[in-house]
Amino acid sequence: MHDETHVLVIFPHPDDEAFGVSGTMAGQVAKGTPLTYACLTLGEMGRNVGNPPIATRESLRDIRERELLEAGKAMGLTDLRMMGFRDKTLEFLEDGVLESVVTDLVQELNPSVVISFYPEHGVHPDHDATAEAVKNALASMTKETRPRFWGVAITKDNPDVVYSIKPYIEQKIQTLKAHYSQFGATFPEHERLYREGNKEAVERLENERFHTFTFDDE
Amino acid sequence: MKPINAEDVQRLIEEYAEKDLYLHLETTNGAYASHFDQSFFSASAYIRNANVQYKQGKIRGDGPYRVGLELPIGWIYGEGLTHYEVNQNGQFILAGLNQDGKIAVTLELSEQPFQYD
Repeated sequence: MHDETHVLVIFPHPDDEAFGVSGTMAGQVAKGTPLTYACLTLGEMGRNVGNPPIATRESLRDIRERELLEAGKAMGLTDLRMMGFRDKTLEFLEDGVLESVVTDLVQELNPSVVISFYPEHGVHPDHDATAEAVKNALASMTKETRPRFWGVAITKDNPDVVYSIKPYIEQKIQTLKAHYSQFGATFPEHERLYREGNKEAVERLENERFHTFTFDDE
Repeated sequence: MKPINAEDVQRLIEEYAEKDLYLHLETTNGAYASHFDQSFFSASAYIRNANVQYKQGKIRGDGPYRVGLELPIGWIYGEGLTHYEVNQNGQFILAGLNQDGKIAVTLELSEQPFQYD
């Protein structure tokens, strides 16, 4: 895992970090790297409410807020920020609103790397809107002052940064379990396969993959 | 939420009739529907905190259920409804959960605005 001065993680939904990034986050925290996780919404429009249902559309927000706090604890986070936007609305916000949220965070924290979704490869409109905001905010900086941008890409192969997060697998599993309303119905099976040493499950859970975004002036 | 009891829901529809209400109405097939199945035409709609007052309404079907509410000059309609509850804030919540328990539709009525900030 690279040495970083500050890691800034920006995702739109409370569970976006869990499968792809939580091991890296736990690892950086364990190394003593300052890390900030800014979560833009509380995922209050999620379709998963537990099966049988443990939530309604109206109670999901508070449940997912508690789950996010628990996930933060599992990763050892000390700077978890809930940015107060509404799920599924990010792409419709006034121009520049999200970009300035990113700019403010970067100016305050001076991160050496920003982790978010990779532009245009996030599938979900909130993922793509978040990635676009990060891209635009960082593009307006000079290349000497700009942090690296690592994107999680759902529809892009050949990541250039791959971490084995095996030393932090228990923190990652706890993070996934914390998002109970979202993964409670499906994760127990993933975990069982992992514990049994199923190759695909081990490969999937123990590795985290990032694509470095290249800006026009680089 | 518990599985719909049609008689109880009909009673609630009558209880909330002719009141100034806020409406939350939503259908969704999920943001990943076309990603998992490219032949799937993804469509959904969502309105939160519309002001409505309805004259009367009915729940119909054998489950999943349909609910239609008659406005002075229009209609509100939801299909695929399976679960309901009235929560501690007096919000009358109807939802349709699919085979995997995921929300596919919600139709909610409240005398106070739904949380919006």
